[in-house]
Amino acid sequence: MATFFGEVVVAPSRAGLDEEEEAREETPEDREIRREIEKKREIEVLWSCAAEPLVCSRFIVAIGRNAAAFLSSFILDSVCWEVIGVVKLWNEWCRTSSTTNVLPTDSFCLFYRLIADPTVLLCQCSCYVAEDQQFQWLEKVFGSMQKKGLQVTILSTCPVADYKTQESTLTLVSPFLKALKTKEFQEQVCCPLLEQPNIVRDLPAAVLSYCQVWGIPAVLYQCYTDVIKLDTVTIEAFKPLLSSKLLKSLAKDASESTKILKKFLTTSETHNNIYI
Amino acid sequence: MFIPCDRGGGSAAPDLKGFTLLMPAVSVGNVGQLAIDLVISTLDMTKVGYFYTDCLVPMVGNNPYATAEENSVELSINAEVYSLPSKKLVVLQIRSPFIKNKYRPFCETLLSWVKSSKCARVVLLSSSHAYQRDDEQLLGTPLRYLLTPDLEKAVGGRMKELNWKEMEKVAAYPGINNTDKVLHIPGGGITKLLFTESCSEGIQMAVLLKFCSEGDNIPDAFVLVNYLNEWLQLIKSESNNSTDSSSQWKIPSSWRLLFGNGLPPALF
Repeated sequence: MATFFGEVVVAPSRAGLDEEEEAREETPEDREIRREIEKKREIEVLWSCAAEPLVCSRFIVAIGRNAAAFLSSFILDSVCWEVIGVVKLWNEWCRTSSTTNVLPTDSFCLFYRLIADPTVLLCQCSCYVAEDQQFQWLEKVFGSMQKKGLQVTILSTCPVADYKTQESTLTLVSPFLKALKTKEFQEQVCCPLLEQPNIVRDLPAAVLSYCQVWGIPAVLYQCYTDVIKLDTVTIEAFKPLLSSKLLKSLAKDASESTKILKKFLTTSETHNNIYI
Repeated sequence: MFIPCDRGGGSAAPDLKGFTLLMPAVSVGNVGQLAIDLVISTLDMTKVGYFYTDCLVPMVGNNPYATAEENSVELSINAEVYSLPSKKLVVLQIRSPFIKNKYRPFCETLLSWVKSSKCARVVLLSSSHAYQRDDEQLLGTPLRYLLTPDLEKAVGGRMKELNWKEMEKVAAYPGINNTDKVLHIPGGGITKLLFTESCSEGIQMAVLLKFCSEGDNIPDAFVLVNYLNEWLQLIKSESNNSTDSSSQWKIPSSWRLLFGNGLPPALF
């Protein structure tokens, strides 16, 4: 394809290929570099409890800052829940460590267990898990679980600009929730299902695909929002989930949740204010 | 690897012995994938399993071939297998690109599944960059085919009857030496790798491809699927002209809003 100045430019292809790279033969040095990068990108799941496989009946996964903050505000606390695991990973977008003392604006991936019922597990994953790490995450997390009788709930957010609809997204009232469920999931969903031609990608899609293929009942609640950073309106958009059988029994006191939400507001404001 | 849909009740994987496996290569314009969508949608094929792999970018969505409220809530993932036993046809649809450095393991896994499931032959639908055609290729039909030696023996004669054009080899060192010819399928994704591997492993594979560019590739998909139909006769063409069966292919309900949402009224 030639541009105005006569230079030849390779047209980008939707098919997502990088042929130059694929055609080139790999030298031993290239192979070594590739192996080192692969090793660096390997993810580690560190469990604090000795008993593996973990018996799990309910697994709630919150992917992204706002979903993780929803669980922090409405479900998690230090009295009823204990940290039992952490994911250590590195990629170009973020790095997590094995510390469990985190801020809502940090990148982390932690696992919690309900002390009263140790088969109820929760995961807050506010770090970005890259394409080549998603399968590893699945195998290492689900691989440590005994999956009989397991039900999975996934919470995640994505930009409303990605939502395909006949009308313009400018006239849509956002944030709003849409759901996708696996074949085995028989319970009521708390919001309308996601219509074609919309799709879900990244870690939420990887988890739901895993559940569909292996026959695990699972539901994904995707919140379409026009705010990228931590935002209380987006966090509160997940509130309809509190009417579901599972989350109703786990929900905290309402006043407690309001206090935590207010704290999020001030934390994110401080971080984003460059004039202090 | 292939995971059948209904694993409960002791039902084994579907018997694909002697079937034709039809699949796309993720290639320029996604033409192969669009053509496969038309085949699955028109023949109302049943999903029989998933091709679960760590080589493709994950994605999920509701049933892309939904025709009514009732069948619209079935979840679909990035690589699924559909079958139509009456035509001994099994189709693999791939819905996302390869993860970096994973296309080779995918080809290996795929070909080993082809061998273990005892499929009779593989038909790969693909495409190639139109702008890389040479002077001769610019004229005449934009459609090409390739056959592995094992399939050439079986159907080579049929291709001649249909007056199809075989994909030309190009000079390995153009301008310097025009005698060494190699197969070059720019924009074809894993087409060349799958084809060369099938040749060396004795797998019967046919590649059907179209020269095209990125853009609205729906017409290209129709041309490619009609080309396929000339040979496999998946649907009957109404008129005598076998290339004009466009109206009989059913467009899936998911082919909506391909180029964006509706416009905000305030724009005008």
